[in-house]
Amino acid sequence: MRKLPDVASIPLAGNPDAGANSGINQLKGHRSARHDSAHLHVTGKATYIDDRPEMADQLHAGFGLSTQASAEIVSIDLDEVRDSPGVVAVITIDDIPGHKDIGPVFPGDMLLADGKVDYVGQPVFAVAAISHRLAREAATKARIEYRPLDKILGVDRAMEQSSFVRPDHTMKKGDADTAIARAPGQVSGEMTNGGQEHFYLEGQIASVIPLEDGQLHVYTSSQHPSEVQKLVAEVINVPLSKVVADVRRMGGGFGGKETQAAAPACIAAVLAVKTGKPVKFRVERQQDMISTGKRHPFRHRYQVGFEQDGLLAGVDIEVAGDAGHSPDLTDAIVDRAMFHSDNAYYLNNARVKGYRCRTNTASNTAFRGFGGPQGMLVIERIMDDVARATGQDPLDVRLKNLYGIGDRNTTHYHQKVEHNVLHELIGRLEKSSDYRERRKAITAFNDSSPVLKKGLALTPVKFGISFTARHLNQAGALAHVYTDGSIQINHGGTEMGQGLYTKVAQIVANEFGVSLDQVQVTSTRTDKVPNTSPTAASSGADLNGKAAQDACRKIRNRLTRFAAEHYQVPEDKVVFDNNSVVIDGKPMPFSEFVQIAYLNRISMSSNGFYSTPEIHYDRETASGRPFYYFACGASVSEVTVDTLTGEYKVERVDILHDVGRSLNPAIDRGQIEGGFIQGMGWMTTEELVWDDNGRLLSNNPATYKIPSIEDMPPVFNVELFEQANPEHTIYHSKAVGEPPFMLGMSVWAAIRDAVSSLSGYQVNPNINVPATTERVLKAINELKYHGVTKPEHEGQEVMANVD
Amino acid sequence: MINFLLNDKPVEVNETASDTTVLDYLRGNASGSQQRKTGTKEGCCSGDCGACTVAVGEPEGDQVRYRTMNACIALMPSLHGKQLLTVEDLAEGEQLHPVQQALVDHHASQCGFCTPGIVMSLFALHHENPESKPDVLEALGGNLCRCTGYRPLVDAARELAEKKPSDVYHQNRTTIANQLNAMKVDEGFLANGSFIPDSEDELAEYLEANPDARLLAGGTDLGLEITQQLKRLKKLVVVGQVNDLQTIEQHDNELVLGAGATYRNIEPVLQGHFPEFAQMLKRLGSQQVRNQGTLGGNIGNASPIGDTPPVLLALDASIDCRKGKRIRNLPLNKFFLDYKKTDLQEGEYISRIRIPLKPHDLKVYKLSKRYGDDISTVLAAINLVTDDDGIVVSARIAFGGMAAIPRRALRCEQILQGQTLDEATLARAQAALEEEFQPMTDVRASSEYRIQAACNLLERYFRESAGQNMRIIYHA
Repeated sequence: MRKLPDVASIPLAGNPDAGANSGINQLKGHRSARHDSAHLHVTGKATYIDDRPEMADQLHAGFGLSTQASAEIVSIDLDEVRDSPGVVAVITIDDIPGHKDIGPVFPGDMLLADGKVDYVGQPVFAVAAISHRLAREAATKARIEYRPLDKILGVDRAMEQSSFVRPDHTMKKGDADTAIARAPGQVSGEMTNGGQEHFYLEGQIASVIPLEDGQLHVYTSSQHPSEVQKLVAEVINVPLSKVVADVRRMGGGFGGKETQAAAPACIAAVLAVKTGKPVKFRVERQQDMISTGKRHPFRHRYQVGFEQDGLLAGVDIEVAGDAGHSPDLTDAIVDRAMFHSDNAYYLNNARVKGYRCRTNTASNTAFRGFGGPQGMLVIERIMDDVARATGQDPLDVRLKNLYGIGDRNTTHYHQKVEHNVLHELIGRLEKSSDYRERRKAITAFNDSSPVLKKGLALTPVKFGISFTARHLNQAGALAHVYTDGSIQINHGGTEMGQGLYTKVAQIVANEFGVSLDQVQVTSTRTDKVPNTSPTAASSGADLNGKAAQDACRKIRNRLTRFAAEHYQVPEDKVVFDNNSVVIDGKPMPFSEFVQIAYLNRISMSSNGFYSTPEIHYDRETASGRPFYYFACGASVSEVTVDTLTGEYKVERVDILHDVGRSLNPAIDRGQIEGGFIQGMGWMTTEELVWDDNGRLLSNNPATYKIPSIEDMPPVFNVELFEQANPEHTIYHSKAVGEPPFMLGMSVWAAIRDAVSSLSGYQVNPNINVPATTERVLKAINELKYHGVTKPEHEGQEVMANVD
Repeated sequence: MINFLLNDKPVEVNETASDTTVLDYLRGNASGSQQRKTGTKEGCCSGDCGACTVAVGEPEGDQVRYRTMNACIALMPSLHGKQLLTVEDLAEGEQLHPVQQALVDHHASQCGFCTPGIVMSLFALHHENPESKPDVLEALGGNLCRCTGYRPLVDAARELAEKKPSDVYHQNRTTIANQLNAMKVDEGFLANGSFIPDSEDELAEYLEANPDARLLAGGTDLGLEITQQLKRLKKLVVVGQVNDLQTIEQHDNELVLGAGATYRNIEPVLQGHFPEFAQMLKRLGSQQVRNQGTLGGNIGNASPIGDTPPVLLALDASIDCRKGKRIRNLPLNKFFLDYKKTDLQEGEYISRIRIPLKPHDLKVYKLSKRYGDDISTVLAAINLVTDDDGIVVSARIAFGGMAAIPRRALRCEQILQGQTLDEATLARAQAALEEEFQPMTDVRASSEYRIQAACNLLERYFRESAGQNMRIIYHA
């Protein structure tokens, strides 16, 4: 038996939990650790792809985009492009050595146009030049002749013509038709929601470096490095093992870099292989906005039967998502819209049908919430309809229809809603936000205010956590403990600002009982952890945190076994804590201990793996447990609406959000606030406008308005609902990336509440999403001058921008 | 050559073309630039997101005044005689600048891409004189962040607002001012394809001889031709050094504003005479744009949705146009001819804007999709002067966003003349507006919305004149 160091020689620093067993299912200490890159962000030292040193023979890519929504390419003359100053290479579809289609799940996304174009902004050819500017200039010099074909713009036209990218799908429970027909009250309606531009501050970018023996190193701003690796390998026709995709950080992703980061990487790779030189492709903002997909616009139709007290008896909901020209991820996105068309409410008898419309725009894609927000809008609108029809406060109708705790808890896809926190959560928020008193005050204000009207609304969120594609619910990690006690961790998740690296570092530090500065998280690379899932579906920390924990525990278990043997103590007398290994009550510095383990030839490197248990969904029967658990929240918004102009201001917001036992309350709060404001933007000012030719007019930040700091509610109370997740998630936390986005719905509901006051709260005004000032004024007109609400007439003629 | 201080180092730029943006220079994207300061980011390259925000120091006596600008659309000649600071400059070794520390402490960065711009906006705010310090929301309105939801940024900024600057820039302000003053050249000179005059006479002479040269004032619109339309602007004449063009004079009967005066600089004097005008200026573009953009540029640009022309029309402003030695004064309502067409002659430039100081009751209403940093959907400037009996003795109403040019509502004005502000008058005046304007439908709004909003804003004016206060308060 070796001699243990003398206890007195080791200072036990001020951790009150020192000595307690670590690695139990709880995160100790440094909970609100700052973002691991915070000091780099504020000093300009955080390196994004465009900031990397350039090579002496660096080339820059640019592309030429289609000007037609649907057309056959009659001829392409690229002579002037080739002759343009600084141009080194020009490629079309014919120059792609391998796969030409980079569709992520289903085919349909040609890397460059193949004889026809399907949307304005589709890449037709690409160029490599000695500078970014010269590449862009060259790309303007193509002469392309098109023969226009019939085009389909908008969900209405696609539905009329049965233009779909994928078959429809239906979820059913009970007998909706009978229940609706027999119910004492009925409402029906139609509404639309617009899309949403991601507006990641860092645009799409990739940088490809050709290496020996046909290998490529691909720096990509992607949420899905494994997919970039695969698609790059396929387009240049080499095995996956020749390609490394490498992501240190993104300047924002929000879903926009899940599938659609691949195209710039693939184009840069083809040009790099063709020229043998490093090629960087930074897509300039306007081209990014024109050529990449967005959140799916939807059209929704619904018919509802309800009891006299407002309890739903049956619902029939049809959601139709605008996929754009190709499937991309639309199948799963429309599925999620369908899964979430209950939001927090028990639908009793339900039929939910979802269509996937094919239209001639960029292919719409993942965006925070992934169809969930669109689905939830419908039922929230229904709640307000029913409230107006039954003369109740909308909050009472919402409370009445919440999923039950012991009963009334089966969804329309036959998953049981367990561990329902909604009643408690909403009850607390109702009180803390002083909802009832403010309701009275607002009603009084509106009675005496002729022009300004206030509105108030509380809306809940219940969001299903897991990828609905079952195989994606897996993750890997790789941990190394070095001989000085420092630890390196790598995992399959990507950092896009959400603080994933920080959370994973906290987990690793916790598992080894060391301080956070001992842990280095390195860039996400497909050669360290292979076959990874996208960082999406809010699952980053759930999956990768668990995988990292697994890797750490494998090493820790080896070290524990070693210590037990080496010092002849039982394994349960070996504890990792406070930068020490405490062996039979005697602490030894972690760094000293690993040195001894190394000399005794103990492996201190391990991979880790995790797959989410229990989840399944059978598409044939439209039933199963697609979600491991639900993350919930609720928000109360108060707005003032100007009935002369349709302008409005969000005056106060109160949020209570369920993160389980938070891994990092500061980071989680950041996700909640950021998600809320982003959701509010979608509900309010973020309007995508196309002209009749399918050209996106809102194609830059001068015309597409995301919230600015002046839109932040002056009163913005955000609290975490900290209750351990009963499921076995990482330290019983809950996912937090997407769910808060949908808290923004309360702003939309509050605007409608304010406008509804014009009808004495008899009518739920028809205000589609986004509720722009123009739409709000239109709804005001309808109530002021007609007293009724009519479906909004869309599709008015739109002309070019007048800057 | 162009001389400036890059942080604390004097720099001479000889090789870089005049139409090079400061951002391309910093990041090393421009030929002739050996810099590789990549802390400053490109977010949109159109001056709308603020990721590229840098601070520019200008001597003000023996002090230095720091203001922000969007490096993505700022051109190199505009740096002459100034100090350029970027995010890399602020920390001293490992010691973060207080602005940076506040952001870290408040968990105010997520993806971090907008952060360098926010650091620089906060830096400039931190160095503002207490008496003219803008509100935090105003100062950061041009820095878009897609991640945080802004709350931690506001908290960090409010915490900083309590602190006085004590950094090296504050300590060395006199030295820096002296260095910058020493860079002043007493006569105009050619630099990298630009002419940088030192006086109005030089400017007028050069422009008359070179009518093909493009005027670079704030550059907040001109820069877009380079970055968005990929134009090359080889021949520029830069007015930034011409002090005569930036004068602000108050006379008994008129306010005379140099065409090169920035929005920021004219705001205090307008606050005294036309508070509604000054309030609207706080919503014109972003702080970065207001720091650089000029009143003359806003007029000369002749956009139908420029924010100041309708207000100036409602105030009976006139402009001095100068060509060579000849100066002519033109009422502003004769200046705008058609979409982006003006009465400005070849080789002529706008020199001064004259606003008569006479009784007025000006109200300015700006409608836009987003409250801050947005281009107007409709801008209404209404100025109805009534006598003691409530009879309208003078009516001036002008709109932006309602026609191909900023335009007065002449028929509506006629109808109001001699009337009292009652419901019957309102109805007739609104009918006149509907008749005389056929606004277009575009990405910002439909024609129907614009016309109804214009009519409703007239109603608002009537109600406000009757003592009803009914505007949403955006900044408490």
